[in-house]
Amino acid sequence: MIDLVGKRNWFFLISAIVIIPGIISLAVFGLKPGVDFSSGTAMTLNFDKEVELSQLRQELTDLGYDRAVVQPAGEGEFFIRLPEISAEETTKLKGSLETGLDTTITVSSLYSVSPIVAAGTVRNTIIAVVVASIGILLYISWAFRKMPKPLRWGTCAVIALMHDLVVVIAVFSILGWAAGMEVDALFVTGVLAVVGVSVNNIVVVFDRIRENLKRGVSRDFEVIANYGIVESLGRSLNTGLATLFVIVALYLLGGVTTHTLVLALMIGIATGIYSSLCIAGQLLVVWEKGLSSRKKIATSTA
Amino acid sequence: MRRGNTPLLIFILVLFGFCLWVIWPGNGIFGRNEFTLGLDLKGGSHLVYSIDLSKKDPAQSDADVIDGVKQKIERRVNAYGVTEPIVQTIRNERGSFVLVQLPGVKDIDQALKLIGQTAELDFRELMIDSSGKAVLDENGKEQWTIAKAKGSDGQERELAGKYLKPNAQVNLTQQTNEPEVAFEWNSEGAVLFEQVTQRNLQKPLGIFLDNQLISAPTVQAVIKEKGVITGLNLDEARTLAIQLNSGSLDVPLALVERRDIGATLGEDSLKKSLMAGIIGSAMVVLFMIAYYRFSGLMACLALVVFVVLNLAIFKLIPVVLTLPGIAGFIVSIGMGVDGNVLVAERLKEELRRGRTLGAAIEEGFRQSWSAIFDANVTVFIACAVLYWLGNTFGNFLVIGFATTLFIGTALSMFTQVVVTRTFLRTVVGLGMAKSPGAYGVAKQ
Repeated sequence: MIDLVGKRNWFFLISAIVIIPGIISLAVFGLKPGVDFSSGTAMTLNFDKEVELSQLRQELTDLGYDRAVVQPAGEGEFFIRLPEISAEETTKLKGSLETGLDTTITVSSLYSVSPIVAAGTVRNTIIAVVVASIGILLYISWAFRKMPKPLRWGTCAVIALMHDLVVVIAVFSILGWAAGMEVDALFVTGVLAVVGVSVNNIVVVFDRIRENLKRGVSRDFEVIANYGIVESLGRSLNTGLATLFVIVALYLLGGVTTHTLVLALMIGIATGIYSSLCIAGQLLVVWEKGLSSRKKIATSTA
Repeated sequence: MRRGNTPLLIFILVLFGFCLWVIWPGNGIFGRNEFTLGLDLKGGSHLVYSIDLSKKDPAQSDADVIDGVKQKIERRVNAYGVTEPIVQTIRNERGSFVLVQLPGVKDIDQALKLIGQTAELDFRELMIDSSGKAVLDENGKEQWTIAKAKGSDGQERELAGKYLKPNAQVNLTQQTNEPEVAFEWNSEGAVLFEQVTQRNLQKPLGIFLDNQLISAPTVQAVIKEKGVITGLNLDEARTLAIQLNSGSLDVPLALVERRDIGATLGEDSLKKSLMAGIIGSAMVVLFMIAYYRFSGLMACLALVVFVVLNLAIFKLIPVVLTLPGIAGFIVSIGMGVDGNVLVAERLKEELRRGRTLGAAIEEGFRQSWSAIFDANVTVFIACAVLYWLGNTFGNFLVIGFATTLFIGTALSMFTQVVVTRTFLRTVVGLGMAKSPGAYGVAKQ
């Protein structure tokens, strides 16, 4: 039988390697808020002829929009992000660009949010995250009510959950400054969905460990935990893989609108599989026995 | 075969057949013959206006003003000819808002003018000083003052758009082919208009919309009931006619959120998502069959039932399908195998322990149910919070995801357990697929 518990310090190390730079990035750069949270006007413009990025930038600067962020979005397509402008200014801007660049422009999508709405979105998002956390904590304390030390199991589950969330948020922070990835309401949606999925993986693993504890598989908690984790391996990997298949397909083929949602789900679910198998149960063992690795691996009882 | 399994199988098959019929294009019950697509898939405009209640008449209650705004916008939007518009009010701690969705609208600029303008129409006279000359402001422009006259009850009233009958229409003048808006006064308006035209014979009468002069025709005769407004282009004339008929808004609106999605973008996104869904599901099917063999195949049949039932629910409720909504549905297909995986794993274990196939199936399901149920509770919690979050700021994309993920998860609990178990019992009862190898258990 594979010894997943014995290698726990390696797993903790791997997580630290991912999480520490992520936390640094979060602390230094934070997340890059999209118009949902920071207000502003974002547009995708389609030009009917070849337009250089520099040309468009120059034109926008000439029109007084020197704070505009311009990114190429595809063939003859650009994404523009401005501080919030009114409907009249939008129409005027389009007209001026058409004259200036001598082309016809189709606005294939536009999203404009005023500061009052953005402030409300930030506030509601915080409330939603708090409410979801309380809901999940209540659920966890209920789900672990039959465990021998419910508080201990619940705490380990919450730490593993936090681990997943930090990885997702950290990756978005890194992508924010490295690739201009913005977070929007759909990113929050993805993160909250990850909370739901991630806890459920941990519950399934803990459920197995508890079952083995009851059956008295071994006197050594480390062995019991390892059994539980290895027995959950098939289920966790297979369900996770099946879910990842559809999510990867959505990410690659599904279009840009849902990218932040799907990417958050993809990272969160992949991390969730890892943390449920390599972190959550191992944390229980650490709490029971301390950080030191076991000297001899008990595989003979298999 | 267990008692009760055959009726259950028949029930599932009938339900499946019915749902398959429902999701076929053009079919449906209660008039729900097509899927309801959200704005991001149809293309169109999503607008949120804040209602400035500080400008309201103190005699009116907040609720009345908000309701009035909503009704008038509904009338405007309906008259504009948008199919299936949505007009909703949102009240929260930040103020009062009205949300307007205009699917498939082409000329958004025109629509923005139509909805957002207060559309307060009034008639004004030139201000004349004691010497009979027009009063000019510092820029040398004539000054206008709102025309007042005695109403039928002797009270002085301003001549304004609220005395118009809601039957204004756009005509083209015969001579010049220019558009004009023909209007008719109600009885009170006629009383006022008669006095005003009488007083201003051979003088200009200014017609103002939201304090902007749109035309100043010279009064040629005393008129009571009818009149025309010129000086507009065709689009403006149409917009004005709709606004006059719908009534002016009691308070000004400010556009605080706007989301436009081009029709081609929506169509393109829909195709891409469907393709992603089909390829993703195909991979799940291949994987399940390769790994779990026969119980994997059964799980896939259950998955087909799940997809068909789910789509039928979407059509019949109807659920507004958005891109994140479709993503939520597709994710629920992936997660929907979870129960089947749990059961199939248990089944393998029970078979390895040497149980008979029938006993292993019953034991597998019995053992797995609590895990399946508990595992989905967390997803429900997340969906409920997301649904609330989406509603508080009218974000239809977030609501779409929460709704489909919730429905998908709830329904998959049914198909994972009831449908798969019924299928497995049926095959076992028929004496098919007896070898443990068919369930992915290696021969000892």
